Amino acid sequence: MTALVATALTLVALAGTAVVLTAEPGRQAVTLSVFGLLLSVLFVLLGAPDVALSQLAVGSAALPLMVLLTVDKIRRGHPGAPTRPGDPGDRGDR
Amino acid sequence: MSVYPFLVAGWLLLVGMFGLVRSRNLVHAVVSLSVCQSSTYVLLLAVGYRHGGTAPVFGDTPVDSTVVDPVVQALTLTDIVVGATVTALLLALTIQIDKRHHTVDPDELSSLVG
Amino acid sequence: MSRSARTALLLAAAAGIGVLLVLAFGLLPHFGTAHHPYGDRAVATALHDRHTANVVSSVNFDQRALDTLGEEFILFASVLGALVLLRPGRDEVEFTRNGDHLVDRSHQPGQVLDTVRLLGYLLLPVTMLVGWYIVVHGAITPGGGFQGGIVLATGLHLLYLAGDYRALRALSPIRPLDVGEAVAAGAFVLVGLTGTVLAGGFLTNFLPTGTLRSLTSGGTVPLLNTVVGIEVAAGIVLLLARFFEQDLRIRTDDHGGTR
Repeated sequence: MTALVATALTLVALAGTAVVLTAEPGRQAVTLSVFGLLLSVLFVLLGAPDVALSQLAVGSAALPLMVLLTVDKIRRGHPGAPTRPGDPGDRGDR
Repeated sequence: MSVYPFLVAGWLLLVGMFGLVRSRNLVHAVVSLSVCQSSTYVLLLAVGYRHGGTAPVFGDTPVDSTVVDPVVQALTLTDIVVGATVTALLLALTIQIDKRHHTVDPDELSSLVG
Repeated sequence: MSRSARTALLLAAAAGIGVLLVLAFGLLPHFGTAHHPYGDRAVATALHDRHTANVVSSVNFDQRALDTLGEEFILFASVLGALVLLRPGRDEVEFTRNGDHLVDRSHQPGQVLDTVRLLGYLLLPVTMLVGWYIVVHGAITPGGGFQGGIVLATGLHLLYLAGDYRALRALSPIRPLDVGEAVAAGAFVLVGLTGTVLAGGFLTNFLPTGTLRSLTSGGTVPLLNTVVGIEVAAGIVLLLARFFEQDLRIRTDDHGGTR
C-alpha cells in the first residue's frame, strides 16, 4: 500500500467521523461534501475513475444540496429557530 | 498493515451507526446513514484493488495491462447514484414528518406515538 | 428507551460487530492481491468478446445488465416515492407568480456576486456538453449513463448558484422530465426484450459490438448508457426541483392570512 493511499484512507476515516460528530445538519452539509470529495480522491487512487466521477457529483454536490434544502425547509416551519430577515416563513406566531 | 483499508471501512460503518443512534435530528440521522453506506464503497473497492493495477478502462492503455477488479467497481458505481435517490426519499419523509408532527427529534417523535 | 440506555446498547453491539468485522477482515484476500477470478473473466469477456474498452460499463450494461435493471428500478421507485411525498399538501399554498413578495428575498437574483453569476452562466453549457460526452463515451472512457446523468443534473443547478431560480425553473419543466424518466425506464426493458427476440435472451447484447475504442463499440452498451443517462438526469432534476419548490414556494396555509 502506498503512502498516498494510506493518507487518503486516514483522511476519509477522519472526515466520516467529522460528518457524524457535526451535530447541526446545516453544517453537516459542508462536512458531507468534504467527505464526498475525499472519497472520490480515494477512489481515483484505487483505480476507479468511474466510481470517483459519480461520487464526486453525488457526494459533493447533489446530496449536500438536498440536505441543505431539507434543513432550510424544516427551519422555516419552526418559529424561534433562527430565520433570515425577510423570510416569509418567519411568522413567529405558532 | 494490509488490513488497514478494511478497518477504515469498518470504522465508517460503526461511526455512522453511532451517529444514527445518538442523533437528535432526523436529517442528521439520514446523513449518518449515508456515512454507513459509504463504508461499503470503501470495502468493495479495497477488495477489488490489485497492486500495480490501473483503472479497468482500456481507452488508451494496451489490452494486456494489469487492471484492478472491474466487477466491484460496477457494483459501487450504481449504488452511489441509486443510494443518493434513496437518501432523497428519506429526506422527503423527514419533511413530511416535520409537517405532521412539527418536530424532527426522534425522541420527541417516539413520545408522540406513545 | 432512554438515551443513555440506547447508547449503552449501541456500544455493546458495536463492540460485537467490530470484533466480528476484524476477524472477517483477517480472512479476506489481502489488500492489493493479484487473485481476482471474477475481475479477470470480466476483463477477458469485455475486451475479446464484446469489444468494450470500459470494462466497468461492460459489466454494468452488458455482462450483468439484469442487475442494473434492478438498480434502475430502485432508482425509479425512490424518485417516484420522494416526488409523491414532496407534493404540496391540501393545506399548503404554492406561490407561482414570479414577482410574488412572499418568495424569499434571499433567493432573488441580485444578491449574488456578478463574477459568480457570469461563471455560472458560462459553465452551464460546458457542463451540459461534458455531461453528454460522459454519457455517450461510456463504453470507451470512464463514464456512462449513471455518472453522465448526475453531471447533467447537477450542472443544471449552476443556474441556482448564479442566483437565477426562475431560469432554473424554466429549464427544468416538470412534465417532460416526468415523461422522459418513465420512458427511459421503459426503454431499458424494451432493449432487454429486443434482446430476447433477436438473440434469445433477456438483455442479451444483440447489436454488432464493432471495433474496440470506436464510438459505436459495445453493441447495446452505448444504447443502455444513453437510456440510463436520461433517466438519472431526469430523476435527479425532478427531485431537486421538488426540494426547491418545497423550500422556496410552499407554505402551510394554516393562518389564512399568509396568502
